[in-house]
Amino acid sequence: MSEPMESLLHVEHLRQTFVSGHGSRKRTVHAVDDVSFDVYPAETFGLVGESGCGKTTTGRTIIRLYDPTGGKVTFDGREISGPMNKELRKYLSDNIAMIFQDPIESLNPRMTIEEIVGEGLKLRGVTNKSERHVQVVEMLHRVGLTEEHASRYPHEFSGGQRQRIGIARAMIVHPRMIIADEPVSALDVSIQAQVINLLNDLKKEMGLTILFIAHNLSVVKYFSDRIGVMYYGKLVEVARSGDLYDHPLHPYTRALLSAIPEPNPLTERHRVRLDYDPARDHDYSREQPQMREVAPDHYLYCSESEYEKAVRSLEKA
Amino acid sequence: MMTENSTILSVNDLRISFRTVNGVVQAVRGVSFDLKRGETVAIVGESGSGKSVTMKALMGILPPNAVIEEGSILYNDMDLTKADEKVMHEIRGKRIGLIFQDPLSALNPIMRVGKQITEVLRKRGLSSAEAKERAIELIRAVGIPDPERSYSAYPFQFSGGMRQRVVIAIALAGDPEILICDEPTTALDVTVQAKILDLINQIKEERGLSVIFITHDLGVVANMADRVNVMYAGRIVEAGTAEEIFFEPVHPYTWALLESMPDLQTSGRLQAIPGAPPNMIAPPPGDAFAPRSSYALKIDYEQEPPMFALSDTHIAATWLLHPKAPKLEMPASLKERIARMRKEAEKYV
Repeated sequence: MSEPMESLLHVEHLRQTFVSGHGSRKRTVHAVDDVSFDVYPAETFGLVGESGCGKTTTGRTIIRLYDPTGGKVTFDGREISGPMNKELRKYLSDNIAMIFQDPIESLNPRMTIEEIVGEGLKLRGVTNKSERHVQVVEMLHRVGLTEEHASRYPHEFSGGQRQRIGIARAMIVHPRMIIADEPVSALDVSIQAQVINLLNDLKKEMGLTILFIAHNLSVVKYFSDRIGVMYYGKLVEVARSGDLYDHPLHPYTRALLSAIPEPNPLTERHRVRLDYDPARDHDYSREQPQMREVAPDHYLYCSESEYEKAVRSLEKA
Repeated sequence: MMTENSTILSVNDLRISFRTVNGVVQAVRGVSFDLKRGETVAIVGESGSGKSVTMKALMGILPPNAVIEEGSILYNDMDLTKADEKVMHEIRGKRIGLIFQDPLSALNPIMRVGKQITEVLRKRGLSSAEAKERAIELIRAVGIPDPERSYSAYPFQFSGGMRQRVVIAIALAGDPEILICDEPTTALDVTVQAKILDLINQIKEERGLSVIFITHDLGVVANMADRVNVMYAGRIVEAGTAEEIFFEPVHPYTWALLESMPDLQTSGRLQAIPGAPPNMIAPPPGDAFAPRSSYALKIDYEQEPPMFALSDTHIAATWLLHPKAPKLEMPASLKERIARMRKEAEKYV
């Protein structure tokens, strides 16, 4: 993906802060702090990190569930981080859809599946009920459900089926990009694979671009073309997924990789887990860190000396 | 690894069902396993497989609509299924400790952490000064920084991982022989999970605990378990040492489970398990996994497979092991994966 392709989603110095309290109790949380990345058409970009690192906030800010504090986001050349108006809202919801983590909380329990999935069509002027029904059923088939499911309510479905409904709802307006926020982490192992396969099929069939937000690194590695690692609101490393796993450069990426328990009892017993302590692992007293390209398509948030070290380590490898 | 090979807890043909408005849910249908002194036994399964219900039966904390239909849980020559509340009260916490999945709901939000630990110690007859000293020791032992100050902090002041450490400290305060961990790291981040797993392994060694570890994450199992029980639809379908389960699995469900998650080398399509776990009000006859399995024989739909023994430690309930069954091998992709895992392991030899 290194060819100079036009990016579909361009995020530049995105900032999102949350403020709580007043006066002396005022606290500012930098949930997303100067994050920049590009997502190219038909690509899956994985965003990983631990809870509180800002990965979900990044996704939500892009789709404008929050108003960004600073920075710029463009989608297909059009700025989508500016003041919100009716027209921008429509542009966003036509082009970007979201799949949420919790398939129970994200579906209205008082609406039938037909109403949930068809709502997007209704808002887009498909007023004819039978026409809507046809499209809803087609989409249900596509995600592995049947026509008879359309008249049922969310509580009648299992977790995996509910997630399929969430996917159908997102896909029915034929968005160009999907932001999937931990779409499989609430599901059972045997069901996770079904949902991942479904997303992969849809991605191929419809040429979807996906921003995949998750904490499970094996899933992210499997599913993404490129991966960005976040730590405390900062993007610390971005690389193609193979490169990231074979040559992790940032100490946090290494710690994260070493922490994944692998289903292999022989290796697990000898596993050396790495620790990441920013105060110990970096010396930023003299040099300021910034995002630098260490190798083609491999970006690292580092200082000048760390940059040189990283380049040397890649040459050796 | 084990100094003493005696069995400390033995579950025999346990059957538990729930009376619900929709009918009788057969949650556990004949589960048997032993826990030996000083070892970690993992119970792996998906939600609804009956692993948590089994754990609740061990602790005597089944909900009122649950009925133990049959079977026994033998601990020190005592059958816990028949023990009354007074006896269970003595066993719970003091003999068998429990660590829950969600550390926040396991802690009292308006009680200081120290108090929640000393509460257990005071019950055991320590004076309040002794209890405090011991509690601070425990807080230190589970790796919480600044024990003196943490002693008088509230649960909300801790992060998820630290809260789980508090829960472990409370479990240890009872000085149990057996520690049951019910998905203790599911709610935690990977790096925190790694630390908690290390901590559980460390206290297990130090105190000679026997651990029952309940989880759905095979990576965690590989990390923790000496022996593994794989549960599906209320039954143990395969049991063996960790090596046997990960390198020589024989049950189609274990195959499917091992294959369904990508590892760091996986490319190509994931082998998803089709369908969903069965409704336990009317579990399918025969092998409950048959409808989802591409290796099901005709007999799998009709008759429940018996346990076949492959070695002293390795057993599996599948008709594929019957002498008259066609010789079916595990899927080629899984074979490759296991070969890869073995190769990976050679690095450490």
